[in-house]
Amino acid sequence: MQAMGPIEKQLRRFWPFASLALILLIIVVVVDASGSILMQRTVADGLIKLIVVVGIYIFMGNSGVLSFGSIVYMMIGAYATAWMTLLPNLKRFTLPGLPGFLIEAQLDPFVSLILAALLAAAVAFVLALAIMRTNPIAISIATFAAMAMGYTIYNNWERVTLGTSSIIGLPMYVDMWVVFYWALVVMAIAYIYQISRFGLALRASREDEVAARAFGVNVYIQRVIAFTLSGFVVGIGGVLHGHFLGILTVNAFWIQLTFITLAMLVVGGQNSLAGAVVGVIVITAATEIFRQMEKGAEIGSTLIQLPLGVQEVILGVLMLAIMIFRPAGIMGGREIPWPFGPPKPIRGGRSRTLETGAGKARTGD
Amino acid sequence: MTFVLQIAIDAISLGSMYSLTALGIGLIFGILRLINFAHGDFITIGAYALIVPAAAVVATPFIGTWPAFFLIPAIISIVIVIALLTEFIAFRPLRGANMASLLIASFAVSYVFQHIIILIYTGRPKAVNVGIELAQHIEFVGLRVPAIQLVAIGAAITLLGGLALFLKRTAYGVQMRAAAEDFETARLLGVRANTVIALAFAISGLLAAVVSLIFITQTGVLSFRMSLNLVIIAFISTVIGGMGSLFGAAAGGFLVGVMSTALQTVLPDDYKLTRDAFVFGFVILVLIFRPQGLIVTKAVRERV
Repeated sequence: MQAMGPIEKQLRRFWPFASLALILLIIVVVVDASGSILMQRTVADGLIKLIVVVGIYIFMGNSGVLSFGSIVYMMIGAYATAWMTLLPNLKRFTLPGLPGFLIEAQLDPFVSLILAALLAAAVAFVLALAIMRTNPIAISIATFAAMAMGYTIYNNWERVTLGTSSIIGLPMYVDMWVVFYWALVVMAIAYIYQISRFGLALRASREDEVAARAFGVNVYIQRVIAFTLSGFVVGIGGVLHGHFLGILTVNAFWIQLTFITLAMLVVGGQNSLAGAVVGVIVITAATEIFRQMEKGAEIGSTLIQLPLGVQEVILGVLMLAIMIFRPAGIMGGREIPWPFGPPKPIRGGRSRTLETGAGKARTGD
Repeated sequence: MTFVLQIAIDAISLGSMYSLTALGIGLIFGILRLINFAHGDFITIGAYALIVPAAAVVATPFIGTWPAFFLIPAIISIVIVIALLTEFIAFRPLRGANMASLLIASFAVSYVFQHIIILIYTGRPKAVNVGIELAQHIEFVGLRVPAIQLVAIGAAITLLGGLALFLKRTAYGVQMRAAAEDFETARLLGVRANTVIALAFAISGLLAAVVSLIFITQTGVLSFRMSLNLVIIAFISTVIGGMGSLFGAAAGGFLVGVMSTALQTVLPDDYKLTRDAFVFGFVILVLIFRPQGLIVTKAVRERV
C-alpha cells in the first residue's frame, strides 16, 4: 500500500460529494447547451426536489426514522419568503394579517432565503424537542400529524396565507443555475454533516440504538440536531420553489409532494447521499421520458403515443417494482466509490474480512 | 336538549364512519406496520363501481340501479377482490420490508389506482344519486335526522359487533388478534402469515365497501381523491386509540368523530375550518405523553 498524499486523502474523503456534484454539473451544462427552455425548467424543478430530498435524507437517512411530514418545512420556507419579498403595497391589501414590520419589509432575496429557512428550522426544532423522545414509529406519525396540522392552519389562515387561493408576485430570480448552486451547497451541508461526529453518532444509533446508547450517544439530542438541520435544508427548497414559480398555493405542499419526494429518496436508497441524489435523477428522468412519450414520438412514419394518464400508472408500477426487487434502493446504501485505486485502507478492516473468510471456510468444511 | 341530542347523533354517525375506516387501517397496520394509504382507494373504487365505466361527464348508474339486496353484496365483493389483489401483487413480495418501503409501496399503489380511475372516468368530479330515499330526513323522537345517519350508526354497530364476535370466538379471529399484537411471536406459535394477512385485507375490503356506500349516499359526489381526508383522519384515530389494538382503533374513531363534532359546535366561526388542526395537535400530544395510545388493552400492558 503506497502512502497517500494529503491532497489525495482529502479528495478521497470528499469524493462521494464531489462525484455527485460532477454528475449534476454535467447534466446542467448539457441542458444549458441544448438551449431548450422547457428542459431547463424541468431540470430546475428536479433540482429543487433534489434539495428537498437531500433535506429529508439528512434526518431520515442518518437516523433511520421515517420522516413522513417534511414537506411542511418547505411550505413554511416558501410562505416566509413571500412575506419578506412581496411588494409592501401588495401585502397591505392581500395579506393584512401580517405584522407591520413584515408588511413594510422587502428584503434582499438572499437574506430572505436564510431567514425563511431559519424559520423552518426553528419550527422543526421545537417539534423535535417535543417528539424525539418517543419510539421511531411514534416519531414518524407525529411528524405527519404536525404536517397535517400546518397544512390545515395555512389553508385557513386567510389574512396571512390567502388560504386556499394563490399568492402571486414573488420575485422570480431563480433559474436552473441558481438552483444548481444551492443544490451544491445543500449536498455539501448533508455530506459534511454525515461525516461529522454528530452524523456518525446518529448513524450508529440507526444501526443499533442500544449499542449506540451504551457508547454514550445521546440519541435524543442527535435526532433533534438532524431534524432541525433537515428542516433548514427543506426550507431552502421551499424558498427556491416559491421564487422559481412566482406563485404559491398551500395545496401544493401536501400528500402528492410528500409521496413523490419520499419515493425519490426510498427508490434511490435512503441510507446514502448518493441514494438521495440518484433517486431524484432517476424519477425525474423517468417522468420526463413518459411525458415525452405521451406527446408522441415518430418512429419511421408511425406515431407512437401513450394514452394520456398512462404515464403516472407506469411510474407507480415502476416504483413498486423497485421497492420489490431492490428494497434497499438503487444505491443500496452505498456512496459512489473512489474510482482510482483500492478501497481506503481502514485499520483492522482488512484483517476482519480475512477472518470472516476463514470462518466461512471452516463452516464449509 | 334536542340540540344536544342532534349534535350527539351527528357525532356518533361521523364517529361510525371514522371508526369503520380506522378499523380497516388499524387491522393492516397492526399486523404489517403498513400505513395503507390504498385503503382510501378501496373506498373510492367501491363508490365508482356504482356507475358505468366511461369518461362521460354525466354518470350513468350501473350497479347503482340494482336493488339494495344485490347492490350491497356486489360492491362488497368488488372491493374485497381489489383488496386481495392489492395484497397479492403489491404487498406480499414486500414482507419484512421496513416501514418506509411499505409506506412508499402503499403510496405507489394508491397513485396507480387514482390514475387508473382518471384514465377510465376522467378526473372530473361526478354526481351520482344512490339511495336517495336515505337522504331524506325522518322524524325521530322529536328530531329531524337524515336516515343515512341512522344507517351509518346501524352499520357500524352491526359490523363492529360482528367483527368483535369473529375476533373473540373463532380460531381465525384469535389468530388475527395475536398477529396484530405481536406478529413474530404469533408466527412462532403456528399462525399462518399469508392466510391471516389475506384475511385481514379481505376484512378491510369489506369495511371499505360499507364506508364507501355510506359516504357516497351522504355526499353524492364521486372524485378520485374523495377519501383522502377520511383516511388521514382514520389513521390518526388508530394512533389515538392505540396502534395494534383493534378495539382501540374502533374506539379512537368514535372519539375523533365526537371531538370533531364538538369542536365544530364550540369553535367560533373563523376557526371552524381548522378543527382538524386541533385533532392533529391532539394526536401529537397523545404520541408524546401516551405513545401506547389512550385505550390500553390488557395485552399491551402485560407485554411491557
